[in-house]
Order: sequence, then structure tokens, then C-alpha cells
Amino acid sequence: MKNSLFRLMGLLLCLVTFASRAEVTLEIVTQGDHQIPIAVLPFADDSAGGNAIVPVVRADLVRSGLFSSVDATDIHPAPVDETQLNWDVWTGRHADYVVVGNVQVQSDQTIEVRFRVMDVATKVARLSTGFKGPLSQYRMVAHHVADAILENLTGYQGMFSSHIAYITKHRNQRSLKVADSDGYNEQTLITSNEPIISPRWSPDGTKMAYVSFEYQRPMVVVQTLATGRRRIVARFKGSNSAPAWLPDGKHLAVALTKDSHSQIYMINVDGTGAPQRLTFSSGIDTEPFFTADGKTMYFTSDRDGGPQIYRTELFSSDLPQRLTYGSTYAVSPRVSPDGKLLAFVQRDEGAFHVMLQDLATGQSQVMTDTTLDESPSFAPNGKYIMYSTQLQDRGILSIVSTDGRIRQRLTTQTGDVYEPVWGPLQ
Amino acid sequence: MKKTLVALAITGFLAACSSTPTEEPSKPAATPTAAAAPAAPAPAAPVQNLLYPPKGVGGALGQRSIYYTFDKYSIQDQYQPIVAAHSDFLVSHPAAKVILQGNCDERGSREYNLALGQRRADSVRKVMVAKGVKDSQIETVSFGKEKPHNPAHNKAAWAENRRTDIVYQGE
Repeated sequence: MKNSLFRLMGLLLCLVTFASRAEVTLEIVTQGDHQIPIAVLPFADDSAGGNAIVPVVRADLVRSGLFSSVDATDIHPAPVDETQLNWDVWTGRHADYVVVGNVQVQSDQTIEVRFRVMDVATKVARLSTGFKGPLSQYRMVAHHVADAILENLTGYQGMFSSHIAYITKHRNQRSLKVADSDGYNEQTLITSNEPIISPRWSPDGTKMAYVSFEYQRPMVVVQTLATGRRRIVARFKGSNSAPAWLPDGKHLAVALTKDSHSQIYMINVDGTGAPQRLTFSSGIDTEPFFTADGKTMYFTSDRDGGPQIYRTELFSSDLPQRLTYGSTYAVSPRVSPDGKLLAFVQRDEGAFHVMLQDLATGQSQVMTDTTLDESPSFAPNGKYIMYSTQLQDRGILSIVSTDGRIRQRLTTQTGDVYEPVWGPLQ
Repeated sequence: MKKTLVALAITGFLAACSSTPTEEPSKPAATPTAAAAPAAPAPAAPVQNLLYPPKGVGGALGQRSIYYTFDKYSIQDQYQPIVAAHSDFLVSHPAAKVILQGNCDERGSREYNLALGQRRADSVRKVMVAKGVKDSQIETVSFGKEKPHNPAHNKAAWAENRRTDIVYQGE
């Protein structure tokens, strides 16, 4: 009977998912000063599959804050390869680049996009490539097109073809959700009347670790996205929380209170073996975060009084090194994929801001003007930080570029959204 | 120079909806407040069988919450009589059991607050054990900032939410 109940719940979740396609909406608050003007012309046969690729590509590029979209809607018929381009038109409209392309829908319900990025100044193709994917996932194909353009013209690594996860709360109901990086294709992984916190993508993006209170105390669960299969991986006495994947995808660091106060341990995801203790203090140690190579662990500890950020080499006997001195309260360390930047949350005169520290110089700067920030998370290319905060008494997600110039906001129609975490590229 | 992305699939989440989780753990234990609650004890019942202090009792024993200042877990002097009164009750009523629930205000990290809430509950447990309460009579849990009594975003709500609740089983 229990199993059939869960099956029914799963079915209901599917229905809800189909009904709400973009529950999270994205709004650009400020953008940088120097956008690259680019005209993405309509691709030949773009709507053949019923959904157009080009509007998704344009929206991605503009949303990044790095591009401005040059109007191309009034040109009929739209050129579909570079031989049809009237270069004077694009010079006159101050476009630096023009993108032309075509779309083919195959009989096996796959979609193939081929496109070229033309440099208006030299009339030479900067990029000529293509992507293919299931027709049902045309938006993800479009995100790959936008990532290729971003990488080619800015040198940034891609990020549009990534996913995000977050938690929504409406009245007493919490849901752990994943969506495309633009908020579309939202899917619900689990819904509960008890708290859910700290979702963390596995390094390969196929699983999610999170903390669930469904058994009246916090336990760490790992859920496989493709199958929905859930497994409790930490249910020791007391509190089990703060999961952080090691790069091998087989180990998690977690905060446990099984031996009294919160300390960090390493456990096997498959449930075998005993937890291996990683920190030794008489205070609270929690919020482990590993560098991409898994050799260095950042964490929060109140060993010196209030909570501060520390760094240690894994299994080293040296004392962890304290990194934050700017306030009496510094929490939630996250390190950029290249290991150079540390994002964290700091309390200053009663306000909680996302901070960014250059790890080479130790210099930190305030990144936000909101006062209840939480949970920073780097984009896979390290150029943006997503975090949760409050606006007009509601929990929302915000994004800020690491140079501070580009700001975006993601909100839900009702209730709160929090605990955002950016997943790996697909 | 065609780059083919066959593995574009977001590994169909929809498939998840039709499959049955194989490792769903057993049904969660009922919440403490939902446990079989005895009706108000009959007047003739021996006092030491009481599972919780009777309703309407005044003084420190009638209070169930200890409040804290921001980012602190030590018990302030004004709340010591409450912990002492419940400790005395637990010592004289060995069948009674409590769950100490640590809570925090909404500011700062959820995970740090979860650990802080645990420290708050543990600080009450420590005093109770020192006063002779058996370990087996006390459970602790932290809800961090996840279950605020007062959902408002102001100083009064924050003060109300920085709290350890003494919850008797069966109450």
C-alpha cells in the first residue's frame, strides 16, 4: 500500500510539472556597460518542430549581460546563410556579429541546428558548428548554441546549458526542484511538509544530495534524478546535514552531531563503512565545500568564537587556516571552479551580504545591497554567483556577476524560493 | 566541423515519475505531539506516573521555552529556573521524557543555524543531566531556522524564534 501511495504521488508530481512550465521567472536588474551587439537572424525552418530555437538563443545572450540583441525582425526574407547577407545593413545597425543558421527535424524526432557566427567587420565566419538533440529538448539544444556563441566571442566557458536546483515553500509545503538555468522546464524531485535544505548536485549531475527532516530530524538523502530512487546515506544519532560531494562522486562530507557537537565527517555514498572524522574542534564545524580537485576543504567553524571560514588540506594534520576577519559572522563558503575566488555570507551591522574574496590577496568586497542573503553558488564558468535573499518579505533568488556589474532576479509567483545551487554543464 | 551532442538528454526526469522508489524507508515516526496522549490524568493517579507537568501549573514549570540572544547558545540567568524546575520534575517522574527542540532566527546560514540549534538544545540537556536527569529521558533535535514560530521578518519575531522548546512526550 505504501508503494502504491508513492506511485500516486509521483504521478501527481508529473501532472503538476506539466502544468507549470516556467514557474520561476527571470528579470534583468542591471547589466554591464559594454555589451557585444549581435544579430541572431531567424534560422531557416526554425519553427518546423513547433518551437523556435532562435528566441531562446537571443534571450540567453541578452540575459548574460554580455550581449545586446540587434533587431532583425524587419528583414524579409531573413538571410539564412552568409551569402545572402547585406553587410551594409548590419554595419549600419552597429552589429559586431551576425548569426545565420538552419534547423532540420529528423524523422526520429531529433532536431539538428547548424549555424555560423559572422564577423561584420571582416565578413569572415568566427564559428561554424551545429548541435543535435531530442526535439522534446529543443530548449537545451538552443542553450548549447548560445553557449558556443558565448565561448567563441567572450572566452567565457558555457553556462546556459546547465541546470539549477532550489527549494520552494508555499505555506507549509516545501519542494526541491530542478530547472534549466533560465528557469524553464522545472521539475519537482520531492515535496514534503517538513523542511528540506542544502541540495547539492553530484559531480556528474545525475544525483542530488540534500537534507530532509521527514523523519522528524535532519538526515542526508541521495536521490537519483533519472529514476527518483532515494536512499538515506546518513541517519546517525542527532543531526545529519551539510552534504558536500567529493569529485569522485562516491564520497560525501557531512556534518554530524553523533559524537556531541557538529563536526565534519566523510562517508561513502553507498552506505558502507564507518564515518571518517575530518575536523576536530570543540566548536561547531559545518558547511564543508571542496575545491574542484577535492584536495582542499573550506568550512564554517566557530572555534574562535563566532562563525568564520576556514580552509584545510584533506587529511592534513596542520591546523586549518582562518580566511575571514572582516566581521563577527562569516558563513557558507563556496569556491569558484578555478579555485581563485571565495564567496561567502558576512554579517555587517545587522545586514547579511554575499561577499567575494580574492584568495590570492585576501581582499573581500560586498556584492549585494540586500540584507538577508544566503546560499551563494557559482555558475559552472565561475563568472556569476546565484544566491537567495528577501525582497518585500519574500524569498527570491538573485544572480550577480563576479565583477558586480550584472544583476538578475528569479522569483516565483507565490511563496518563497531559496537554497539555489548551480549544477554542472550537461 | 559538426559537433554532435547525442547525450543532450537531461536523463528524463519524467521517467522518474513512473518508477517506484525501491528504497523508501519505513514510515516516519509519528510526531511527538501526535503520540497517544493520555487524557488529563485522573486525580487519584499516583503523582510519579505523570508524563508531563499538569496543565495550568504556574511558575517556572508552566513555561516550556528558553530564549537566546543572536548566535548564542548559553542559557541566560533568567531562564535557569525553568530548566531547574523541569529537571526536578524529570528526576521525580522517571517515566517522563522530553524532546528538547533547538530553534534559530531566520538570519544567516541554514546549516550553521542547524548546528547552532543543536547546541541550544544540548546546552539545556547538559544542565538537566547535571541536575540528575537520566540521559534516557532526554532527546535533542534541532530545527535550525526551518520552523519559525513567528514567520515575520523583524526583531520581535527573531527574538521569539531563538528558542529551545521543552516538549514532553505524550503531552
